[in-house]
Amino acid sequence: MTEVLNAIFGEFYGRMLFILLDATQFTIYLSLVAFFGGGLIGLVMTVLKITPNRAVRIFATSYIWLFQSIPLLMLLFLIGLGVPSFFQISVSPWLAAGIALTLFTSAYMSEVWRGALESVPNGQWEGGKALGMTFRQTLVDVVAPQALTVALPPTVGFMVQVIKGTSMAYIIDFSDLMRIGKQIANSQVPGAEPFIVFPIIAFIYFVLCFPLSQWSKSMERKRALGTTR
Amino acid sequence: MRMKNTQPTTFKKGSGDIAVTLKGVNKWYGDFHVLRDVDLTVKRGERIVICGPSGSGKSTLIRCINHLETHQKGSINVDGTELSEEMKNAEKLRQDAGMVFQNFNLFPHLSVIDNCILPQRRVLKRSKDEAREVGMKFLARVKIPEQADKYPGQLSGGQQQRVAIARALCMEPSLMLFDEPTSALDPEMVGEVLDTMVGLAETGMTMLCVTHEMGFAREVADRVIFMDAGQIVEENTPDAFFDNPQNERTKAFLKQIL
Repeated sequence: MTEVLNAIFGEFYGRMLFILLDATQFTIYLSLVAFFGGGLIGLVMTVLKITPNRAVRIFATSYIWLFQSIPLLMLLFLIGLGVPSFFQISVSPWLAAGIALTLFTSAYMSEVWRGALESVPNGQWEGGKALGMTFRQTLVDVVAPQALTVALPPTVGFMVQVIKGTSMAYIIDFSDLMRIGKQIANSQVPGAEPFIVFPIIAFIYFVLCFPLSQWSKSMERKRALGTTR
Repeated sequence: MRMKNTQPTTFKKGSGDIAVTLKGVNKWYGDFHVLRDVDLTVKRGERIVICGPSGSGKSTLIRCINHLETHQKGSINVDGTELSEEMKNAEKLRQDAGMVFQNFNLFPHLSVIDNCILPQRRVLKRSKDEAREVGMKFLARVKIPEQADKYPGQLSGGQQQRVAIARALCMEPSLMLFDEPTSALDPEMVGEVLDTMVGLAETGMTMLCVTHEMGFAREVADRVIFMDAGQIVEENTPDAFFDNPQNERTKAFLKQIL
């Protein structure tokens, strides 16, 4: 790959691009961890939030409020810097960034999914109940499949927020695209000035996010057509 | 002696002469007193039509019978099961007391036959083949077997309501509750749904119907009940009810709708 990049962009920029793309993989890994980890916890919170048990609902609501109200940056500081110094333990940037982004993502995801579940008319719950189906059966077989088509576009759309959110992890020394890019921009090497390097970084983020945005939009469009059938 | 029974596992389906007994039933929504001292006994095989102005509590009454709503005072006994607010497992009861809603409440993401199959599989644990067979039998009964593979959204309102009736019948209930089944329909589709209900009445099904279709009431009801402000104001045979109403409120109501 280095040869290809060197051939196209010359040795200097080819090398720079190689370093940046190499760092991009960690941006992608962190996004996936946050997306799936956050998705999993978010799913649990969504179910807890609509359960008939009041205490459980309050717990889920508090969780969502808490992590929606704390800035992501603050979470990163707290877990990446606060926790290690307070408890005298070492927390790797990987672990800290993974946890912070997972908490952040889970709160938003569960809000999106709860909204989707609530968009399914109450009559669907009653229809299931009146046939003797349990809460769980009605949720899994009747309400969730209908909520899924509503939830999918905003879920994919939120993935974009997650990818962009990972850029903040540079603050706790997580070696992603942002941090490596910033090092290059700060290197004082002619040809690697911030005004050149940062647009390249922005373009890489754009390439990651744009297809997801478009996918989300096209699903939204298809769904709109589907409901007017 | 009435046994307090919160576990409907001892449910004897369709046994005994009395299907439903309500005694002194009261219900409040906050400060609003929806049901006031309602007494009602429904014999097995009896067809009852409940009418009354909107907000009179008639829908609430039949929703209490399959525990979609809970009452706060008095007793409701359905097929020997005493309903209470704390009652946790209402599934058995609901399977035995089928319900048809004003807005059908079909599952739009499932085809017509799958609407009939899903609850049978989940609740009655029937095999897929058996559930399909039963589903087709009842779709034929409501005269739309040819629509089995379509989705609810592709059917007319009248057809959808007939599917909803077939779906409820698949659970082999001993009692059917109808909550204004024709109110959401275009006028030309009311007839087909009423015909289906008349056909069902002829099979001897115990039926409680909230409806303003007075022709239907005259034709099939054993008793007509008039509710106003949460109370049963008058109940009588259809002939006596329509030709010789006793209560002033009944008279005023009949004048408006006939």
